[in-house]
Amino acid sequence: MQNSRQLKRERFTPLTYCFLSAALLLTMVLCVCVGSVRISFSDTVTAVWNAIWGLPVPENIAKNIILNVRLPRVLCVTLAGAALSICGAAMQGLLRNPLADGSTMGVSSGAALGAVIAMAAGFTLPGSGYGGIMITAMAFAFGSLVLILSLAYMLDRSLSTSSIILIGVIFTMFISSIISLIITFASDHTRSLNFWTLGSFSGVNYTQVRLLGVALLLCGGILYRFSPELNAFAIGEDNARHIGVNVKNVKLIILITVSVLIGVCVSISGTISFVGLVMPHIARMLVGPNHRRLLPASLFSGAIFLLLADLTARTILSPIELSIGVVTSLVGAVAFVIIFYRTRNKR
Amino acid sequence: MLQGNHLTVRYGDHTVVDDLSFHLEEGQWLMLAGPNGAGKSTLIETVAQGVPYTGSILWNGQDIRTLKPSQLAQRIGVLSQRNNVGYAYTVEEVVGLGRYAHRSGLFSAKDDEGKAQVEKALEMTGLTDLRHASMLTLSGGETQRVFLAQVFAQNPQVLILDEPANHLDLKYQQHIFSLIRQWLKEPGRAVLSVVHDLSMARKYGTHAVLMDRGKCISQGTIGDVMTPENLQQVYGMNVYEWMREMLSQWQG
Repeated sequence: MQNSRQLKRERFTPLTYCFLSAALLLTMVLCVCVGSVRISFSDTVTAVWNAIWGLPVPENIAKNIILNVRLPRVLCVTLAGAALSICGAAMQGLLRNPLADGSTMGVSSGAALGAVIAMAAGFTLPGSGYGGIMITAMAFAFGSLVLILSLAYMLDRSLSTSSIILIGVIFTMFISSIISLIITFASDHTRSLNFWTLGSFSGVNYTQVRLLGVALLLCGGILYRFSPELNAFAIGEDNARHIGVNVKNVKLIILITVSVLIGVCVSISGTISFVGLVMPHIARMLVGPNHRRLLPASLFSGAIFLLLADLTARTILSPIELSIGVVTSLVGAVAFVIIFYRTRNKR
Repeated sequence: MLQGNHLTVRYGDHTVVDDLSFHLEEGQWLMLAGPNGAGKSTLIETVAQGVPYTGSILWNGQDIRTLKPSQLAQRIGVLSQRNNVGYAYTVEEVVGLGRYAHRSGLFSAKDDEGKAQVEKALEMTGLTDLRHASMLTLSGGETQRVFLAQVFAQNPQVLILDEPANHLDLKYQQHIFSLIRQWLKEPGRAVLSVVHDLSMARKYGTHAVLMDRGKCISQGTIGDVMTPENLQQVYGMNVYEWMREMLSQWQG
């Protein structure tokens, strides 16, 4: 009788990871191959393989396109997709809110505002041209997160799903208008409004790949380390406190980690909506809510989803390139509505 | 083992718990009784470190504010009035989290003792067959049993309960209370709980604190506290007569 209610779930085995990595790798190769110039699978693999081991790349292969244009872009998309997705998963767990995500809560737009201000004011750190922008973006991401959560807390103490989202949406609108205002006056110094509100990966290089890689490794590691705490929060904050979680400290660490990761992503690719909302959901349906499995599953699915979104954005109307946010928002908005109604009906 | 001294909790101008002291010793089941708004749940939350308070709570003489959250959880386990889980965790995952405070190091190594505790808790609460069930499919009574199992797995010395069987069917009420009584039989344990139903309080409690508007009216053994005069003062009615009248409905 009880059988229909049984869920059998185990920890991920190395085999699961192999399978996920293979799927991701295949998608990455596909994304390098397809584009305005079509490149064969074998050429792609040869070029990348030889470049990794320092061997000369044969003359007849479009080496420049593969190694200097498509590969850094594909790597960036992969890392950003993974990062945004685990941030969404972590926030949805921490706040026990299935609609939480960098874009729905206004954290991404906060980060974008930080980046725009830093660019317009020409704020740089000595030694690294990009550092100043990134740090400001992180700080603004954290600031907006704290602001939104305290506003929502004032509105209703239980921090219910809808009040956070409501404030997030209003905050995002407000910030977007400030961003467009700044861009109007300082358009020479900063990138276009389109970039900040819809995101784009065109023209990224290996510096940004490295930055994203380091950020993802560090922050992802921290979030994974805190999986038991995230599980406790997802079950309930009071329950987390009762079983001995240091609620205040853990919350702060996770919020900072998420802000850093979102800050880095936004300063590199602008705000890309809904990846962090939708992919953890799909991952949760497949592997359950336990963050030990959910975070890795979100990481891989987020990367694959964003790769496919980027591929669509640059090929569907080729030679015109769409902003990647157009694609993710199309998919994401529909998913948002579905998730919203499903959580509503549960109550 | 647990002692509260001059505890006061204020929300703005409103004093919810007013200069209240209590002590709990091994083997006791201390019932907090009193009408709505007496501050019973707030007192429970105070002991569980959920609200800011003045005064002190001592664990064997040590102020519990000096304990780390995990140290506190190893000593005191809390079962809330109402628990609902938003995501599809399995029963075993929720119960297993009870071991959180006992993990050692960054990456919890094999916790064999913990596994045994989880098994025992599942068995005690009759959840062994439901261990892989999703929390979203459970009834209110089953959910409450899961959180009871979690707090058993946590293996604290003092159990704090806020109306543990409220809004449950009679059968589950009886089940949960007898489980807790069984748990209390092991040496070195004590229970502090809010129970609305005075009959339940009398049946299971050994000691009681009778509260009204944040103040302690009487405390001591359950028989000494639940006198007709005390109850008349707190509830403004003849509780004994009412209870007899209720009972008479079942005779003949």
